[in-house]
Amino acid sequence: MAYSFPEEVLEYVFAFLSSDKDRNAVSLVCKSWYEIERWCRRRIFIGNCYAVSPQIVIRRFPEVSAVKIKGKPHFADFNLVPEGWGAYLYPWISAMARSYPWLEEIKLKRMVVTDESLELISKSFKNFKVLVLSSCEGFTTDGLASIAANCRNLRELDLKESEVEDLSGHWLSHFPDNFTSLVSLNMSCLGSEVSFSALERLVSRCPNLKTLRLNRAVPIEKLPSLLRRAPQLVEFGTGAYSAEIRTDIFSNLVEAFSGCKHLKSLSGFWDVVPAYLPAMYNVCSRITSLNLSYATVQSPDLVELISQCPNLKCLWVLDYIEDAGLKALSSYCKDLQELRVFPSDPYGAEPNVSLTEQGLVTVSAGCPKLQSVLYFCRQMSNAALIAIARNRPNLIRFRLCIIEPQAPDYLTLEPLDTGFGAIVEHCKQLRRLSLSGLLTDRVFEYIGTHAKKLEMLSIAFAGDSDLGLHYVLSGCESLRKLEIRDCPFGDKALLANAAKLETMRSLWMSSCSVSYGACKLLGQKMPRLNVEVIDERGPPDSRPETCPVEKLYVYRTVAGPRVDKPDFVWTMDEDAALRLS
Amino acid sequence: MEGVMSHESDLNLKATELRLGLPGTEESTAKNNKRASPELVDDGQLFKLESDAKAGDRETAPASKAQIVGWPPLRSYWKNNVQSKRTEAETGNYVKVSMDGAPYLRKIDLKIYMGYSELFKALENMFQLTIGEYSEREGYKGSDYAPAYEDKDGDLMLVGDVPWEMFMSSCKRLRIMKGSEATGLGCGA
Repeated sequence: MAYSFPEEVLEYVFAFLSSDKDRNAVSLVCKSWYEIERWCRRRIFIGNCYAVSPQIVIRRFPEVSAVKIKGKPHFADFNLVPEGWGAYLYPWISAMARSYPWLEEIKLKRMVVTDESLELISKSFKNFKVLVLSSCEGFTTDGLASIAANCRNLRELDLKESEVEDLSGHWLSHFPDNFTSLVSLNMSCLGSEVSFSALERLVSRCPNLKTLRLNRAVPIEKLPSLLRRAPQLVEFGTGAYSAEIRTDIFSNLVEAFSGCKHLKSLSGFWDVVPAYLPAMYNVCSRITSLNLSYATVQSPDLVELISQCPNLKCLWVLDYIEDAGLKALSSYCKDLQELRVFPSDPYGAEPNVSLTEQGLVTVSAGCPKLQSVLYFCRQMSNAALIAIARNRPNLIRFRLCIIEPQAPDYLTLEPLDTGFGAIVEHCKQLRRLSLSGLLTDRVFEYIGTHAKKLEMLSIAFAGDSDLGLHYVLSGCESLRKLEIRDCPFGDKALLANAAKLETMRSLWMSSCSVSYGACKLLGQKMPRLNVEVIDERGPPDSRPETCPVEKLYVYRTVAGPRVDKPDFVWTMDEDAALRLS
Repeated sequence: MEGVMSHESDLNLKATELRLGLPGTEESTAKNNKRASPELVDDGQLFKLESDAKAGDRETAPASKAQIVGWPPLRSYWKNNVQSKRTEAETGNYVKVSMDGAPYLRKIDLKIYMGYSELFKALENMFQLTIGEYSEREGYKGSDYAPAYEDKDGDLMLVGDVPWEMFMSSCKRLRIMKGSEATGLGCGA
């Protein structure tokens, strides 16, 4: 059969395909398309670092310039994954150093990154441009120094919310004097002070700098100097936003901010002194994103600030904003798409602020474009949830955390099943949902019936029986990630829906009722899944088979069982099952 | 609620029975979970702990609830950034105290002292020495020792020059200096 197009033409056409889904589909058409596509795929996304091995990736895609890898399960954010679990970057870098000398971009999430890895990155990839370390750990500021010193073409260094061992601020001074390519720098998670003059000079000589997120140690008096040197900034994160009230500091700030005609995003604001907030008012009309999640400021000051930002699309704020502030938000910010409200006092027994379900209802009513919500509060009702659902059928992400586990509808004392049921029924595009409060199996029936686009579901302290889990696994067609803690879900639903697990990225279950025997059986039945038992009490076979495991992590993989497991992780595979039975 | 062991037939029977008990608090002998089941304070609202004995103990619990691991779901990174003020309020302001010539250092919580005199009494007790009288002009008279501290900028300062609150917030560690070095500090500016 003759080709319609020469390979080069196909390759040219494929270059326009950016989505992995499209490229994967193209690869399945025929062998020659598979071959052409794999040689021209430049960007790889690995959603679970243990689903595939570096060797397999490199074998299939020999010319990659950008890699994004995710490691630990999401619940690691809340200390549910023991230290030393895994997600090591080094094997990936060492393999890629040999095979991808022209690698430009590495973006990581929840991986363990060592200084050794960072040094290897800085020395192996001559055209290295972008390093994003989101919620990573395992490295020190020495590793950053290697990156600064050796990556001559670095554009982006973003440490997001990584846990860095901060030895000193000296790393920043390692950027050479002739280094001018920086576009984005986010060092907000670091504790140590960097040399301010080095920072000033760096900012001065990088004309393309668009994003600068400082750390807490940079005092407010020094901000004008930086802003004046980078009036082209689009995203800016302050350091500690406090000083004695002095008119000269204030007026310098006002002037400096005014010079930044392109600022769209603001963050930082540790230790805010409210009197300094108005210094930003000149730029507020252009602001689309505001991260005030560290700003311990009362509602009236927040409202004053927000009222200056009619184009706000994204707001992250503490619950100091209160219902009154959210009401103001809903009237001033009609373009709002994303709202996150964090608790200022999550462990206090009594509410310390007047923030209730009403605030969220009001925003859902007043902001027609609202699609993404993360809300911590202390009381909720079915009526409120139903109202939110009816107001905002365009919701895509809805994460509600009622601080008290299993809190019922505070008005009727009933479970919140019907409320969340309304959410999934009305919000047909919902992709992500986190549940909380008192919930029975019924809510899962609603979810299984309606949440057909749901990709990620987080469940805690909910349900009555395996029926709940069964509804979810059998009903949610688009489900990719399911994470469950402290629910009475056990063996039956898991085993009955084993095949479903191969269509998902991963399943996490901790403090549930899944027995060791069931885990073994699952591992036996499903060779293309890694069924991993995490148990810090010692080997599972030292306990009865009916004993529930502490934690279970199941994920599909083509890489076989992990070879780098710590001593508290066991893979349930055929061999294990035969050996131990 | 069905325990793992009692699973017999279909999933339906007791599945929809509403209960207000916590999952996992059934007395299941096989469940040997080291990690504590979520324990909630009986605050008079809805929740009744499975075991009344537990509830009894909890009635006099402190205002802040017993914390469940990983709940509420907040990243520790975030908690450290926002909560740091509050945490300090709860855990005290411990600083290292070194004494010239002593084999090891000590640690004290500055928060528990109301002022300099209490602090000196504590130091004198801890190290079996006398500190002497403070004077702006001459430092510490009548003793071989002088209390000094390292401030936020890393400088070695004589204790006592600034108001107590300011000292508390800027003191990073204490050093009890001895002999000629000590008296040298008190002289001049």
